[in-house]
Formats: sequence, structure tokens, C-alpha cells
Amino acid sequence: MPEPFKLILKNLDEPGFTPDIGCYQRHGGYEALKRALAMPARDLPDGKKLSPQEALREDVKASGLRGRGGAGFSAGLKWSFVDRRSGKPIYLICNADESEPGTFKDRQILHKDPHQLIEGMILSCWANDVKLAYIYIRGEMPVAAKLLNQALKEARAAGFLGKNILGTGYDLEIHVHRGAGAYICGEETGLIESLEGKRAYPRIKPPYFPAVLGLYMCPTIVNNVETLCHVKHIVLMGPTEYAKLGTPNNTGTRIVSLSGDVQKPGYYEIQVGRVTLGELIFDPNFGGGLKPGRTLKAIIPGGSSSKVLKAGEVFKLNRKGADGQMAKVDVSLLDLPYDFDSLQQAGTMSGSSAVIVLDDSRSMVQTLGNLSEFYAHESCGQCTPCREGALWLSKATHRLSHGEGRKADADYLTHIAQNIQGRTICAFGEAAAWPVLSFVKKFRDEFEAQGAADEAAHAKSQGTSSPKSSDPRSAAGSLQTH
Amino acid sequence: MSFSVPASLEAELDELTTHYPVKRSASLMFLHALQEHFGYISKDAVEWTARKLGLQPINVYELVTFYPMFRQEPLGKTHIKVCRTLSCSLAGSAELRERFCTRLGLDPHAHAAQTTPDGQFTVEFVECLASCGTAPVVLVNEDLHHKVGTAEADAILKQGQKA
Ligand SMILES: Cc1cc2nc3c(=O)[nH]c(=O)nc-3n(C[C@H](O)[C@H](O)[C@H](O)COP(=O)(O)O)c2cc1C
Ligand code: SF4
Ligand code: FES
Repeated sequence: MPEPFKLILKNLDEPGFTPDIGCYQRHGGYEALKRALAMPARDLPDGKKLSPQEALREDVKASGLRGRGGAGFSAGLKWSFVDRRSGKPIYLICNADESEPGTFKDRQILHKDPHQLIEGMILSCWANDVKLAYIYIRGEMPVAAKLLNQALKEARAAGFLGKNILGTGYDLEIHVHRGAGAYICGEETGLIESLEGKRAYPRIKPPYFPAVLGLYMCPTIVNNVETLCHVKHIVLMGPTEYAKLGTPNNTGTRIVSLSGDVQKPGYYEIQVGRVTLGELIFDPNFGGGLKPGRTLKAIIPGGSSSKVLKAGEVFKLNRKGADGQMAKVDVSLLDLPYDFDSLQQAGTMSGSSAVIVLDDSRSMVQTLGNLSEFYAHESCGQCTPCREGALWLSKATHRLSHGEGRKADADYLTHIAQNIQGRTICAFGEAAAWPVLSFVKKFRDEFEAQGAADEAAHAKSQGTSSPKSSDPRSAAGSLQTH
Repeated sequence: MSFSVPASLEAELDELTTHYPVKRSASLMFLHALQEHFGYISKDAVEWTARKLGLQPINVYELVTFYPMFRQEPLGKTHIKVCRTLSCSLAGSAELRERFCTRLGLDPHAHAAQTTPDGQFTVEFVECLASCGTAPVVLVNEDLHHKVGTAEADAILKQGQKA
């Protein structure tokens, strides 16, 4: 039977575990920091020497750790892109904006085990010669912000933060910075603008890659809360042992946020790729199955921005056969290992590892309507395709779920979404378009039936059989006056 | 009424400013603190912040209009934020918000934030509060309430009457 695997979540739900530093240290807290800071330089086989900081950077690379915030990019590689020759200060920002719908994992760490994050951050800062770092926490988490400030104070008093940390001569300050309710602050360059005291308008890349031109135009590392926590465990376990957790290229553990139509919604830590989507939903150790009498309709596998998967889908995955050759193998939806690569091969993504389950009682039209309203509300408004398109998508899905749809709306929605993706400054454009493209493609009959029914009802009440124009352009025009 | 920031709050904000190599970075934290103290962000608060941070008032005002958490008018003493987004919606958050509105004599169909005439309550729909596993969730001032059913909703209102 598949089991949860508690690495990051090891302590935080234990009875009697409290967020203060005393409790954290009684559970081995800050031992990784002490160990890392006392590490000698490392001799390489070719006679070269790695400074202890360089050695930790190499270890993070070797551990295979991939970002837990959304894109799943190699943490070690990201760190290696940092411009270390510019002479400018290097900043590190912890992305604690957690606002991708469906995601509630970072909240657990921030509220119950803030020192784990702080220790991971200090290690990451030390490895990257960072002297000043920020935790950007979403505005709607005021309690967590206070807990973090308290934890930072404790860490300072204990000599883990501030000047001359543990007598090594290394100085570091970490401050908490609060957002104020905008989803786009989770996008790393929007976050940086927001931290500079501006509207969170994402920056265009190139040239504004944070590793080179980030906060105050200085090299900057942005990592998710959970990613930074893993650094502590890489130090404690060593990269080789750490990489044995999970599966090749998908190492370590991951906290899955499970919500929607399951018996036991919640956050479950798993070894990446060692538990399937089906097990996450049906196993008594995880979701515990659907509500009585219900059948599965769809799964949103990686936060609201990921493409939806339909019950019964079968995917072609690359698998290594017994002969060591790669071959395409059929894998059905519920047998998909929950990891970065399998979900990508299934045409979607594990994103922020938020799984939202929909059963047969749900209307896909209404569901998409809910999501599209989110994106319409959250577009920062810089790019025309996103600002206007996200609103049109929301209006069209809204009318479809309020008895005013048209049969052509399925095409109309697809048409708009296709004109957003790939044409915007940041990945929010894709985030708004992907749910629409996948919902309409996979549940087209539902969208068309709804539109046709609305048209028929409308024609009947008008006493005419000619429905409104279905030309997308005129439809867009009429939407604006809606 | 003249605008005045208490010395202790000003000292706190001056300390906050030292957290950043560039003063402008402190603007969001200033606005949070001023909103907490005064209940909303007035024109005076915008100008005061701009003066303190060496900015033009527009640099601060554009933040107030961009970030949904900032308010330009006073809100109810009990601020009820009901999560609108998918997982909470599946768990009945639309009905929940309607219940709050109906009980408080507010328009259950209006979408924007609404405040009761006596200034006791504001009810608002907000986007995902990052607690989807305990849907539907409601943020009441700073406290998050989980799996809010009708009994708990009524308890929140009862508590708010006393505020
Ligand atoms: C629209 C949008 C919203 C995002 N929201 C978040 C978020 O709330 N939290 C987060 O950690 N990353 C978020 N990301 C991803 C960040 O841009 C960034 O990739 C991540 O913080 C990097 O950390 P990681 O490499 O440790 O995953 C978002 C990205 C986009 C495009
Ligand atoms: S894609 Fe949307 S959210 Fe991103 S910068 Fe453009 S308008 Fe803003
Ligand atoms: S959908 Fe309501 S908390 Fe996430």
C-alpha cells in the first residue's frame, strides 16, 4: 500500500510540536546549519578545491532538487545562473505568496514550522553569498507573517542570523515583506517589482532574468518555501541519499495539496513519482475515495493553471523497458505516477502540486466559469491579449453558465485562449488559457450542448429561429456591453 | 479632522524603512500599517507615505488602486472575506456568502464588497485563500475559519455584533 513519506512534514503535525525555536532545536533544528558552516573545503579528484559554499551549491545540483513553486526547474541550475562577477550584491527571496488556486502546502510550513524554512533559507543564502534576503508572504496570511517575524527574532537571538553567524564571520539579514492580495505577485518578476514598492507588473525576459537583473537590478534568487526547506535535508542526508528518495529526475519528496470531491482532502507528502494519481485520490492513506455513489469526472492535477485530465484518458509515456531501451507505453490516468515528468508527458503539469478532483455531479461549464473569473480578476493588465482576453473568457463562460450561451462559444473560447498563450509578458497568459483550451477540448460536448440549449430556449422566447450572430468578433463586441 | 500618525507608529515605520536598501520598497508595509491603524487609506495617508519615502503621491496612490487589500473608505469592524475560488465554490461558498449577505440585509447578488449601514460588517468575495483542503474557508479579520457551515457562519455574525 502506498504510504505518505514525511520529510518536510516530519514534525509539524506531531502532538506538542510548536513553532518556537526551543521546540525546533529539540527536534534537531539548526544542526544542518551548524554542520554546513563547519564544513572544510572539498578536494576534487582533479586536484581542484571547492569552497564549502561551492560544495553546497554542487550538492544541491547533485541532489536533483527541482523547484516546488510551479515550474519544476532545477534549483541547483538556477543557482548556477547567478551572476557572481558583477560585483553587485546577490539577493535571495523566498516566494511565500502561495496563491495558485488549490494550493495550501506552504501555509502549513509557515504556520507550524517556520524555523525549518528559516534554516533552509540561511543555508541557501550562505551557499550563494547572500547578505540580505526577504520572505515575500501573501497579504492574507497576517498570522503567519507575525509567526515568521517572531521566529526570525529568535534565530537572531540564538546567533543563527545577523552579524557573524556562529562565529564564522558570515552576516545575513532576513526580513518579512507582505503582499497585498494580488495573485500576480507570485510570478517571480512581478514579486520583485512588488518588493521594490511598485505595482506587481511582471518584467519581460530577456533581459530581466532574476539571476542577472533581479531585485534593484542585482542578481537575485527566487525560490519557493518548500524548495528552500529541502536544502536543509540535502545537507543532513547528503545529495546521494537524498536523490534516492523519489524517482530518477524527480527526486525527493513533495507535498501534494488535495482538494475537491474526495473523502479526505488535505496535504500529503509523497516520494515524487512513487504514488499514482489514482492512489492519491482513492487510497485510504490519502484521499480515501470519492463521495458515496459518485464517479470520477476529471482531475486538475497541478493547480488551477494546469490542463485538466479527463477520467478514462490513456497517455503514451516514455518508459525504459527491460532491455534498457526507451519505449512508449500506455498509461491510464489513474496509473500516472505523480511527478514532474509523467504529468508533462501526459500533456499537463504538476505545477504547484495541487490536485483538484471533480466528480460526475459537476458541470465542466460552471467549473471553467469559476476558474476564468479568477484569471479575469487577477490579470495585472500590462498585456492587451491577457487583460482583454481573460475578461472575454470570463464573460463567455459566465453567459454559458447563466443560460445565455451560444453553440459557437466553444470555438469562441478556444479562439481567444489561443490568442493569449505565447503572446504575453509572463506565464499568466498560459495560466489563463490552458484551463480553457483543455476543458473545451476534452469536454466539448458539454459546452456545445449547453450553448445549443441556451440558443434554443432563447429562440423560443423570441419566437424566432435565428440565433444571435456567432461570429467571434461580433460576439466579443457584444460581450463588452454585457 | 487633521491627519496625524502617532509617534510610536512612525518610529515603527522608520525602523521598517531600514529593512530595505531603497526606501520605496517599504511602501506596501507602510500602507498595511496605516490601514491597520486608521481602518483605510486616506488621501492624507497617501501623501504622508509619499513624503516619508521621498516619492510622488501618485507612486503610492497607484499601489492603493492596484492591490486589492487596500481600501479607500472605512470598512466594517468585522470584515468577512469568503473564498470564491474553485475548491471553496465546490463546497458551497456561494451559498455561504449569500447567507452572510441576507442575514445582514445586504444585497446577496452584488459582487463587490458591501458594508452594513451601522459599520459593523463588511462582506466580500475574495480569491483562493490557500486553504482549499478545509473548504469552504472564510477569513474574518485576521482569523481563518475552516469548513464553515451554517452554524459557524451564524456564530461569526453573533461574535461580530459584539465587536
Ligand atoms: C502567474 C504565476 C503565479 C505564480 N505564483 C506562485 C506562487 O504563488 N508561489 C510560488 O512559489 N511560485 C509561484 N509562481 C512561480 C514563480 O514565478 C517562480 O517560478 C517560483 O517561485 C520559483 O521557485 P522554485 O524554483 O523554488 O519553484 C508563479 C508563477 C506564475 C507565472
Ligand atoms: S500576461 Fe497578464 S499577468 Fe502577465 S504581465 Fe501580461 S497582463 Fe500581466
Ligand atoms: S479555493 Fe478557497 S481556499 Fe483555495
